[in-house]
Amino acid sequence: MILTILSVILIVSGLVFFFGAAVGLMRFPDFYSRMHAAGKGDTLSTLLVISGFALYQFRDIHDFSHDWPVLLVVLKLLAIVVFIYLTSPTSTSALADAGWEDGIDPVIEPGRENHLEDDCHRTPPSSPQP
Amino acid sequence: MTFEHFAIGVGITLLLLMIPAMLRIVNGPTALDRIVAVNVIGTKTAVLLVVIGVVFKQVGMFVDFALAYALLNFTGSIAAARYLHRAAQRGGDAPSGEEAD
Repeated sequence: MILTILSVILIVSGLVFFFGAAVGLMRFPDFYSRMHAAGKGDTLSTLLVISGFALYQFRDIHDFSHDWPVLLVVLKLLAIVVFIYLTSPTSTSALADAGWEDGIDPVIEPGRENHLEDDCHRTPPSSPQP
Repeated sequence: MTFEHFAIGVGITLLLLMIPAMLRIVNGPTALDRIVAVNVIGTKTAVLLVVIGVVFKQVGMFVDFALAYALLNFTGSIAAARYLHRAAQRGGDAPSGEEAD
């Protein structure tokens, strides 16, 4: 019973973060901020939801010598968690790098200058910032 | 209300949360916006496969599908990122000084 409650709490909080990622992907003004919302929200919420389902699997273990294949399923679920925890930031970083090299300009508040322009080797954009 | 009903609700919520990413695919301004949205949908699909496994009480089978789908999703997004990176470098927008590999 307490395992079910814990896993439901984990899954529902993961769905809340999925909702935040979807709203950020929809409403943010900029490619980089959209990528920020999608990358962070997806990583954490996938981790929470799959950890919740992995925790729920422990409910099926009554006798360890008979129910040990359930532990294998839990290990596979944790493998998914670790894999997404490693790869989702990697792909986010690679896509942001590709976007910067592709010449996508970040939306910057008027009156502030783009400090990243000095660090990067790319040529400045031909059209001025709106 | 059993846990399976709750899992069906989770699956329906995940499906509904795919709609904003789908809209971002349809009217994303750049190609990379679309790739990010595809990546988001792929991650949600890997979670949804685990949910389907819980609903049908066959988690041991669907976990392998979810793992393979997460792998393919990662490979696809990395390939698209590398392709667009090289295309930008070929296009002359960026200097071709640092070719990684």
